[in-house]
Amino acid sequence: MNAVQLEGGFANLSHDAAHAFRAALQAMARPGQIETLDMARPPAPCSVAAGALILTLCDTTTPIYLAPSHDDAGLRAWIAFHTGAPVVAPEAAMFALGTWGALCPVDRFAIGTSAYPDRAATLIVEMDALEAKGAVLRGPGIKDRAALSLPEIAAFQDNRRRFPLGFDCYFTCGDRLAGLPRSTHVEG
Amino acid sequence: MNAYNFAYLDEQTKRMIRRAILKGVAVPGYQVPFASREMPMPYGWGTGGVQVTAACLTPEDTLKVIDQGADDTTNAVSIRKFFEKTAGVAVTEKTGEATIIQTRHRIPEQTLTEDQILVYQVPIPEPLRFLEPSEVETRKMHALEDYGLMHVKLYEDIARHGEIATAYAYPVKVEGRYVMDPSPIPKFDNPKLESAALQLFGAGREQRIYAVPPYTKVVSLDFDDYPFDPSKPAHPCALCGAEDSYLDEVITDDAGSRMFVCSDTDYCAGRREGRDA
Amino acid sequence: MYVAVKGGERAIDNAHAWLAEERRGDTGVAELSIAQIREQLALSVARVMAEGSLYDPDLAALAIKQARGDLIEAVFLIRAYRTTLPRFGASNPVETAQMVCDRRISATFKDLPGGQILGPTFDYTHRLLDFALAAEGLDPAPAPQVAAPDGALPHVTDFLAREDLIQPEADGPATPRDLTREPLDFPADRPLRLQALTRGDEGFVLSMAYSTQRGYGRTHPFVGELRIGTVAVEMEIPELGFAIELGEVVLTECETVNQFMGSKTEPPQFTRGYGLVFGQSERKAISMALVDRSLRWEELGEDNVGAPAQDQEFVLYHADNVQATGFLEHIKLPHYVDFQSELELIRRLRAEALGGQAREAAE
Repeated sequence: MNAVQLEGGFANLSHDAAHAFRAALQAMARPGQIETLDMARPPAPCSVAAGALILTLCDTTTPIYLAPSHDDAGLRAWIAFHTGAPVVAPEAAMFALGTWGALCPVDRFAIGTSAYPDRAATLIVEMDALEAKGAVLRGPGIKDRAALSLPEIAAFQDNRRRFPLGFDCYFTCGDRLAGLPRSTHVEG
Repeated sequence: MNAYNFAYLDEQTKRMIRRAILKGVAVPGYQVPFASREMPMPYGWGTGGVQVTAACLTPEDTLKVIDQGADDTTNAVSIRKFFEKTAGVAVTEKTGEATIIQTRHRIPEQTLTEDQILVYQVPIPEPLRFLEPSEVETRKMHALEDYGLMHVKLYEDIARHGEIATAYAYPVKVEGRYVMDPSPIPKFDNPKLESAALQLFGAGREQRIYAVPPYTKVVSLDFDDYPFDPSKPAHPCALCGAEDSYLDEVITDDAGSRMFVCSDTDYCAGRREGRDA
Repeated sequence: MYVAVKGGERAIDNAHAWLAEERRGDTGVAELSIAQIREQLALSVARVMAEGSLYDPDLAALAIKQARGDLIEAVFLIRAYRTTLPRFGASNPVETAQMVCDRRISATFKDLPGGQILGPTFDYTHRLLDFALAAEGLDPAPAPQVAAPDGALPHVTDFLAREDLIQPEADGPATPRDLTREPLDFPADRPLRLQALTRGDEGFVLSMAYSTQRGYGRTHPFVGELRIGTVAVEMEIPELGFAIELGEVVLTECETVNQFMGSKTEPPQFTRGYGLVFGQSERKAISMALVDRSLRWEELGEDNVGAPAQDQEFVLYHADNVQATGFLEHIKLPHYVDFQSELELIRRLRAEALGGQAREAAE
């Protein structure tokens, strides 16, 4: 085990996790709103924001899928050391990390059951850019409309059609974070 | 209390609760099962709300706790003290100053903002529970969006009493999908469920968390010819004169004389002090 | 002029001070020590450990002292403390076949290998108040000693199993679900049901078991075996590659043998109810075994006669006395707001009803 794996966790575990969760909560409750999450230092190619999300939400009880873009030995070791989350296939994952292209096809991920729609995956989508413009968002958490630079439109429209089933997404870029729950209506 | 972690719960427990909250936000009105923990206060006394608040608090938060709309009721005092001790957060009685408000049975009169989270303590989260005691059956009804039983109950009320005889915990439909129990708030408060603030609901003993994100559509169940009526008695508050607030009836002497005063003590005090609400 | 009652905080502090004083009682009487409670109220300690789901006699004794002897309050104190404890790992399953027994009886065989061991039991005592106990300082004469039986005592049900007369137990999941870490959902499998029963309220589990004996879902139970004694708790240490003994716990285990005439899916054979409880808690262990057997109706293809003890939702949702007592007692909290809205509703409905009657009378 090398130093990189041991470093980059939360300096103040409970306080950093509390701040990171509040940002993640705001992002999921207000789709399109961009939050800042800068308290983790994960190894490349994982972004700072995605690293903080993983430290905040993942542990030994949350299987995670690393898409080819992020299936890196150093990152695996970092996740194992800091969270203990088992790395699994997409179908078994509660969390999934990767670029949009690497996560596709996204119909592999759990969308919950009609009795338990909460048993659905959360995708952490690493982006080259993340801005409050582009696709138009409406629905819970949004006053009238919001906008977000989504990687595509159709997949999220399909996801909304299955509501209350569906996966939920975080988009991360550097220390920036936005959320897109399955409840959001997306227009091009 | 230094032997305990920030906001009492250990980090693994908080992660579990936080994941449940996020799924609740993603599926508005759906009750997410969570592995509620024994807290140092009894089940039924706000353990669900306390766990949700503990999972959401940051050291910079300002917390307000109300019970029956009042900050000085004993259980509100007890919960506020708990978080002062275990999280060291600032506390306030002023609605406008709070970033997180934990409540039992009321929504504050003052309009909440985007910078606030309202956490409800919920005794029985299942709106269908008193119509169907089995969890297996009610889960099926939610899955199939089969709310016939609830409509029959409301209709029977009208047939028997000429109105829907539910005065509090009046059921709502959230974003056109899930029927939800808004916790035992008076139906007067139901219109305030559509809010700029994020609303989180915690039921500890029943192991459920659910959420209404900001600006989510929340409709009180009714019929076209018997529309929902959030009315309250036409009295002004005897202390501040407010005509738009929910009132407690107080018996003032042995002869049974009574007066009506705001249940939201901060709202009432603010009006009497001339504070901007 | 009405003034909103302020000073809730001071009232709470004062109430707590008074409570502390009442807990101590007359200071002219010597204070109870934890050791005294642990040694002399051992069955209370056992109950608090069982329902608190935490094996620690000293902590249970402390909880009993703090709770002024209110055992449900003591269970609550232990549960709330348990929540804060980090979990380092899981032990291997304990081997009750290796139990060093203080007591071991079978109601189904007159004699059996290892023999019947009556042990320290209230059975056959005449329930006459012993006024000699009121005079303190009289230590009982030592009980006669015999050599401990050689080797482990086999389970009675093993003898039936050799003839294929009792249903073999299916292997459970490699890692059973954990009631204290996951939300309860239904249908609950047997390991989950047993977890709920072993920490369930003794009075509730007893009454449920009793109801099956009186005909609400009768299961024809015999106490195949009841054993009380000490077992070793071992934990696998991956770095060492073997298990080490962490300590010992006292357990009470009951296996009932239940008549079973067969069903559409199963041949006639005996079936089993199972109870396992921390400490010497035999009433609880037997009750648990009866309720366990009753809840197995579905897997055995028996009829659901609608008995409460067959309804797993009913039993599991209402067995926990910490949940039950909290929710029951929460109605002491203020409900002004809900009551106010009910008051208005009742006044309005009453006015309409009385108005209606008056109109009818006038017609």
